[in-house]
Amino acid sequence: MLNAVWVSWVGVSPSVALGQPLLRSGVAAGFPSPAEGYQWGSLDLNQHLIQHPAASFWVRVQGDSMVGAGIHDGDLLLVDRALPAEHGSVIIAVVDGGLTVKRLWKRLGKMQLVSEPTTHSPWEVSSDATFEVWGVVTHAIHAVR
Amino acid sequence: MYGFPLESRIFALCDCNSFYASCEQVFAPGLSGQPVVVLSNNDGCVVARSTAAKGLGIGMGVPYFQIRDLVQEHQVKVFSSNYELYGDMSQRVMEILSQFAPAVETYSIDEAFLDFSGWRWEQSEALGHQLRQIVKQWTGIPVSIGIAPTKTLAKVANRVAKGSTGGVYALKEEAIAQLLATLSVDEVWGIGRHHAKSLQAQGVTTALELQQVQPQWVRQKYNVVMERLVWELRGVSCLPLELSPGSRHSITVSRSFGRPVTTCAELGAAIATYTSRAAEKLRQQQLSAGAMQVFVSTGRFATPCYRQSQTVTLPSATNHTATLIQQSLAATQRLYRPGYAFKKAGVILLDLVAAAKPQLSLLHPETGGRSEALMSVMDAINRRYGAGTLQYAVCGKPSGWQTKSEQRSPCYTTQWSQLPVVLAESPPQSKRPYAQP
Repeated sequence: MLNAVWVSWVGVSPSVALGQPLLRSGVAAGFPSPAEGYQWGSLDLNQHLIQHPAASFWVRVQGDSMVGAGIHDGDLLLVDRALPAEHGSVIIAVVDGGLTVKRLWKRLGKMQLVSEPTTHSPWEVSSDATFEVWGVVTHAIHAVR
Repeated sequence: MYGFPLESRIFALCDCNSFYASCEQVFAPGLSGQPVVVLSNNDGCVVARSTAAKGLGIGMGVPYFQIRDLVQEHQVKVFSSNYELYGDMSQRVMEILSQFAPAVETYSIDEAFLDFSGWRWEQSEALGHQLRQIVKQWTGIPVSIGIAPTKTLAKVANRVAKGSTGGVYALKEEAIAQLLATLSVDEVWGIGRHHAKSLQAQGVTTALELQQVQPQWVRQKYNVVMERLVWELRGVSCLPLELSPGSRHSITVSRSFGRPVTTCAELGAAIATYTSRAAEKLRQQQLSAGAMQVFVSTGRFATPCYRQSQTVTLPSATNHTATLIQQSLAATQRLYRPGYAFKKAGVILLDLVAAAKPQLSLLHPETGGRSEALMSVMDAINRRYGAGTLQYAVCGKPSGWQTKSEQRSPCYTTQWSQLPVVLAESPPQSKRPYAQP
């Protein structure tokens, strides 16, 4: 019973829309404009990228060990702490008290962090000291110039 | 008349543990479990302590210079307060609570009352645990939740929750008396120092003794507010959401609007009104605020739905209405988005410090009437022609005497230039590479 309610609440995720409408119809009567439904049309990157506003954080990358995953030095990463960290997720982990970006590898009941320094090289297992999951990376923003 | 209450109420108080220190620990996870303290505006006094710092005997409100030796000896990490960060984290916690609880009253930057009425006790307790888990996972902030039939008792229950391992405590009717017997009367929510002394002089020293006095006697001797408190301690709810005695750490004025507000001007007028009210409360208690949070909300059922807040650190602590309004209107302009029907807004004054002496003779109580009149004229002009149209020359432009904040952390969540850095470093060469699966 409680569970059912819980699940429906999870669905209510308010989107923090920051875009502004391009135009709004001032007339309430008459036929709906064919543009109705499209007129709130300024594209809002937050709405596109962020599923859980309260749980989402931006971080900046320093280093090249995740280039194989498309994550470069200086990139912005969007981190969603509401998502579960699964096998293969790119995550932010707490290692030695610092924040690190790695791929999570769950194998034979063990969890390990791996780097992806290049696209084709073997993965490297990071020092398997204890770590905690800080959040799950959902997007990387990379400037191409 | 009725053999049983027509409607039994259940309230929860959700309180963030060591909130400012916890915010710092989220972005510096190496500090988790370590002694951390946060200092007030100007690095004066301790305003937050991590659990480990409390363990060292560092008290709340202690001047920094008194603990300097302790800080060195135990390598306590010291932060200047970063209200921009705390405000943003608070907004996240409140947003989660309002997503998952039916009705929420933001009581202070780190506390919210939730109305669980209509749920059964077991459900409320389970919901409390789920909320606690989800706030911790989503934001990294640990919270404690006290659940009880009234808000006053929820506050008491929260103290028990804080000390417990589960972080959630439901205070049921049969346990109320036993718990109140352990609580001194001056620790009851809403009892000021003055009234506490007077009660103690009458032989009322514990919360249980207060619960058992005749409500009528309390009303005659004190006031109706105090009478309500007695009923609340008895488990009879008299304080609905959005009706609360003041907090000692912050002053909140927030209201739901009578009708939806859509224009920036109207929203600004509401915020200015709340700011004036909050400034009044501030002066009544002879306090000044060092920071201010402004929040606006459409309510969670609105489409489109929007809830956002802005926290500003003031150039210097103040209780001056015009200065506070100027800041809150600027924040409103940044928060406002066209196309939304706003249902609620509020102002929270933070970092409260004793007002050393009135900066301006206008604020002196003796001149109360005239200065109030002057201020309301001034407010009206500023509201009409924009913030800062008319202001005291003495406020001037900040120049060197601004807030001291030598150890402020980055604004991790509100400034692109200050985002947390995550390392992408290759593991040491000695590690054996794995073949790609």
